[in-house]
Amino acid sequence: MSPKRIPVVERIMSANDALALNNRKTLDEHGVHAINMMASPGAGKTTLIIETVRALAGTLHVGAIEGDLASTVDADKVRASGAAAVQINTGGQCHLDATQVGQGLAQLDLDALDLLFIENVGNLVCPVGFALGEHTRVGISSVPEGDDKPLKYPSIFANVDALVITKTDLLPWIPFDVSEFRRLVRSLNPEIQIFEVSCVSGAGLDQWIEWLIELTSTG
Amino acid sequence: MSVTESVLEIITRHAEQAGADRIVRVYLVVGELSSIVDDSVQFYFDFLAQDTLAQGAELIFQRLPVTLACGVCQHQWEPSSADWACPSCGASRARIVKGREFYVDSIEVE
Repeated sequence: MSPKRIPVVERIMSANDALALNNRKTLDEHGVHAINMMASPGAGKTTLIIETVRALAGTLHVGAIEGDLASTVDADKVRASGAAAVQINTGGQCHLDATQVGQGLAQLDLDALDLLFIENVGNLVCPVGFALGEHTRVGISSVPEGDDKPLKYPSIFANVDALVITKTDLLPWIPFDVSEFRRLVRSLNPEIQIFEVSCVSGAGLDQWIEWLIELTSTG
Repeated sequence: MSVTESVLEIITRHAEQAGADRIVRVYLVVGELSSIVDDSVQFYFDFLAQDTLAQGAELIFQRLPVTLACGVCQHQWEPSSADWACPSCGASRARIVKGREFYVDSIEVE
C-alpha cells in the first residue's frame, strides 16, 4: 500500500500554549503581574531580582519562581532578600515550560503578591520559544558578554518587551559600544524598552523600578 | 524533549483518526527564528517513537527564512544578518512577517 498524505497543520506549541494560557488566567485572577526573565547564565538575573525586591520593599509584594537544572541556590538567595520564592529544578531541560510554571504557581500564595518574577534557566536560545503565561518578557545582557549578542542571538532580542544591560559599572574596563548595541537591539525590536543598570553601584535602578511600578499599576 | 513529545502526540492522534497502521514520514515547518534544533528533535523522536505508530518515521524539516516588513515604507525582505535595518529606506522599524512558525504540516501514513 502506498503512503497516503494527511494534512495536519497543527502548531507544536499548542499544548504548552494552552497550559500557558491557564497560568495567565490564574495570575490574572489573583491580580499578579508576571515577568519572564531570560538571559545567559551569570548575566545578573538573580541579582537584579534581589535588588528589585529590596527597592520595592513597602511598595509592592514581590515573589519569584526560580528555574535551574539543579540546586536551590537562587530560590534561597531570593528568599533571604525578603521575597517568597519557589525553586523549580528541570533536571536536564534547558528552559522552563508552562507545566513547570503551573506547578510553581500552585506553591505560592498568589493573593499575597503583586509582582512575580519567573527567572528562567540561564540560556540565550531556548526560553524565548516557550510561553509560560507571563505578562511581560525581559531579557538581560551584561557588559562582559559583549556588544555582539544581538547579531548572534537575534530571536531573544526580537521577542522580549524590555532589555536590561547589566554590570554597567564595568564599562571603563570592557570594550562595549553601548550606542551600537542599542541600535542593533532596536533594529530587531523597535518598541523595546532598554535599561542600563549596575546592581553594584545602583546606577539606573530607579528607571527600572519606575517602569515595574507602572507595569503593575496598569496590569 | 517536550517539543518532541508534542510532535508525537499530534501525529499519532491524526494517524489514529485516519485509521492508519504506521506513520512513514512527518513534514514539519520550522521558522528560522523558532530556536528549534532539527537534530535534537530527530534524536529524541527516534527514542520516543519506539513501539508506537510513529516508530521509524522520517522527519522532514522545511525551514522558513525570516521575512520582515518595514514599519515605515512597507518594503518586505529576507534579512541576511541580524541587522534588521530596512534595505529600502534604512529605518530600524522591522516587523516579523514570517519566521516564527513551528507546526506539523502533514504526515504520510500506511
